[in-house]
Amino acid sequence: MTAHRRDNCHGQVWPRLVRIWTEKKPGTVFDCDPLASNREGTVPAFTPPPLPSDDKRWKIVNGTMRKNGFARHALIETLHTVQSSFGYLDDDAIRFVAHSLRVPLSQAYGVVTFYHYFSLKPPGKHTITCCAGTACYIKGADKLIAAAEKRLGIPQGQTTADGKISLMTARCVGACSRAPVVLRDGEVMGEVSSEQVLEQLERWAVE
Amino acid sequence: MTIEELEQIAKSVCQENEKFDFEVNVCMDLACSSQGAGQLKDALVKAAEASGKNVNVRRTGCMGPCSSGPLVRVDPDSTLYHHVKADHAEAIVNSLGGAPVPDLQCDLNEHFDKQVRVVLENAGYIDPEKIDEYIARDGYKALLTALTEMTPNGVIHRVTESGLRGRGGGGYPTGLKWSTVAKASGDIKYVVCNGDEGDPGAFMDRSVMEGDPHRVIEGMALAAYAVGASKGYIYVRAEYPVAVARLTAGLRDARRRGLLGNNICNTPFNFDVEIRLGAGAFVCGEETALLASIEGKRGTPRPRPPYPAVSGLFGKPTLINNVETYANIAPIIRNGGKWFANMGSERSKGTKVFALTGKITHTGLVEVPMGIKLREIIEVIGGGVPGGHTFKAVQTGGPSGGCIPAEMLDVGVSYDALVRLGSIMGSGGMIVMDDTSCMVNVARFFIEFCMTESCGKCIPCRAGTAQMFTLLTKICTGKATMDDLELLESLCSTVKEASLCGLGQTAPNPVLSTLKYFRNEYIEHIVDKHCRAGVCSMETSAAEQKEVLA
Repeated sequence: MTAHRRDNCHGQVWPRLVRIWTEKKPGTVFDCDPLASNREGTVPAFTPPPLPSDDKRWKIVNGTMRKNGFARHALIETLHTVQSSFGYLDDDAIRFVAHSLRVPLSQAYGVVTFYHYFSLKPPGKHTITCCAGTACYIKGADKLIAAAEKRLGIPQGQTTADGKISLMTARCVGACSRAPVVLRDGEVMGEVSSEQVLEQLERWAVE
Repeated sequence: MTIEELEQIAKSVCQENEKFDFEVNVCMDLACSSQGAGQLKDALVKAAEASGKNVNVRRTGCMGPCSSGPLVRVDPDSTLYHHVKADHAEAIVNSLGGAPVPDLQCDLNEHFDKQVRVVLENAGYIDPEKIDEYIARDGYKALLTALTEMTPNGVIHRVTESGLRGRGGGGYPTGLKWSTVAKASGDIKYVVCNGDEGDPGAFMDRSVMEGDPHRVIEGMALAAYAVGASKGYIYVRAEYPVAVARLTAGLRDARRRGLLGNNICNTPFNFDVEIRLGAGAFVCGEETALLASIEGKRGTPRPRPPYPAVSGLFGKPTLINNVETYANIAPIIRNGGKWFANMGSERSKGTKVFALTGKITHTGLVEVPMGIKLREIIEVIGGGVPGGHTFKAVQTGGPSGGCIPAEMLDVGVSYDALVRLGSIMGSGGMIVMDDTSCMVNVARFFIEFCMTESCGKCIPCRAGTAQMFTLLTKICTGKATMDDLELLESLCSTVKEASLCGLGQTAPNPVLSTLKYFRNEYIEHIVDKHCRAGVCSMETSAAEQKEVLA
């Protein structure tokens, strides 16, 4: 099913658009639509595409879209559900969501890459997030980030080659009164020193 | 739900509370939780059960002085304990009814005396997830009174009379905004709450949403009644998962109680609220970008007019206010506009919540009447700069604001005064810097922020901030000339004048304000290749150069 949808988007989309423009049939959707061949010339009720696999998490994603009546404005909401269910957004997920909400793929991809919160890469087993907000910067967050980068041998925003630890930075998590702040797998730690960060990384490394 | 039913709930909560001899309130805001407030609360519950005393252990929102956390307040005596650990639970429970635990008791009278709590009146007193506790503290009374006794115009009139100005930073008169939306034609209107607190260093909106979510919901419902809307959206940062959970629970409870939904209080007024998650884009704090984001699009701003009040969300008239603005509405309706207008300065009424952070003794949330001197906030409420260092500057307004030096600290805080100083009120972040901070580096930090957060739609902001960053990096590494400084200044005015939205228009503020008050430091970096704070690592320092020459 996935392959079929891919063909429709990449392989046949141009001839299809040309056909739509020349025939000017009312009600035809310009999106990459897997069911296009069944609905030309008429305006049948929209049927969302089937789930990409049996994975139960797709049902959760579908639930968010259904709750919003498969409206296009639910795109960001749905992408949030995908990311919280799968940890990141891969091609199949973006395609599935875009098709279900009848949003052009370009727009869906544009949204995903516009917002920092969405990730196109799977996260590591553990994530250490250093807050890089102003209060944390004043209290020396740059030293924490530098220490973690040196220890892990990766720049911020990346995951170690063994997929164990991701090093991320956040714009501000709102715990400024306890700066500098580090999130250990999402859990807030306040007034953190470089030693504490290294200690935590050490603990994860030997796990 | 009627007013009588509301009073009944309030009464039963009071009766319930009176059954207890003591109340132990544990602050479980993010800062205290990060120091083990969760375990502390469990330990207190266990200790209370074991002691056989009649104690109510309650989780509350932020009490204010986060640097002293985890905080515990014991009522009815209002004894405040600081730096409480789970091990102290037994001692605290044992002390109930007798003398307080001396080692833990803290004296923060100076910190609290100058504060006036309107927005934060419930913070530290109610469990954020219990709607009945909010109702017991006059919650939803304003909404039901307005629905049954006031006209929409009456509500707007009261808000106008209060002189409330938008707490998101711009300071646009709230009453005027409401009446514009009310007058706009259209059968569908929206009310939007801007909870996208992207400004790093500010966390008052998070605290209000987490500690008193119903206050925001009630404010929105009142706004919807006033402008004739029946649907609301709260746009919250995804980085605030607790706020999202509390608001979700709050909306569910309000619906169950009949305070949201159709025919609220047996009137024709219908209103419901949906939550929309932000996804980490600072520009979405700008109103048109925020609306685009709610519509599921990239958060890029568009030129105004048309203003959202005329054509906003989905092309309909839309009212957008900040979390703190909505949080002020219920008390204004309850106590009257004049009551609110009596607080504050001439053109900035009421109180403002500030997030006091950085190099200051008491970090945390403070709520002060407008017009209070910056010096009082920093030296009295904040307790001054710790560690024997000297105060250098206070940064207000986040990346859109500026740095205010020591000699300007006697200025009273108001929207207009801060603009005159080259900064802005912003959402209320106040970051104190001491002599270990390099002002050029601070400016570079903010420009880097604006550069990465620029949405890229207009060129002055997209390219201008990038060029400013390059120039500031040159200065910070000792490679710049005086010509670069001149270029930087002219670039600042270009970006300020020509950018499309607030992000670009205010991005040069940190540079301009540091140039205004700390020009010496820029010149030291350029001419002497010296950073007096020792933050910037110059390629070759002046001392080394001399050595080389010798």
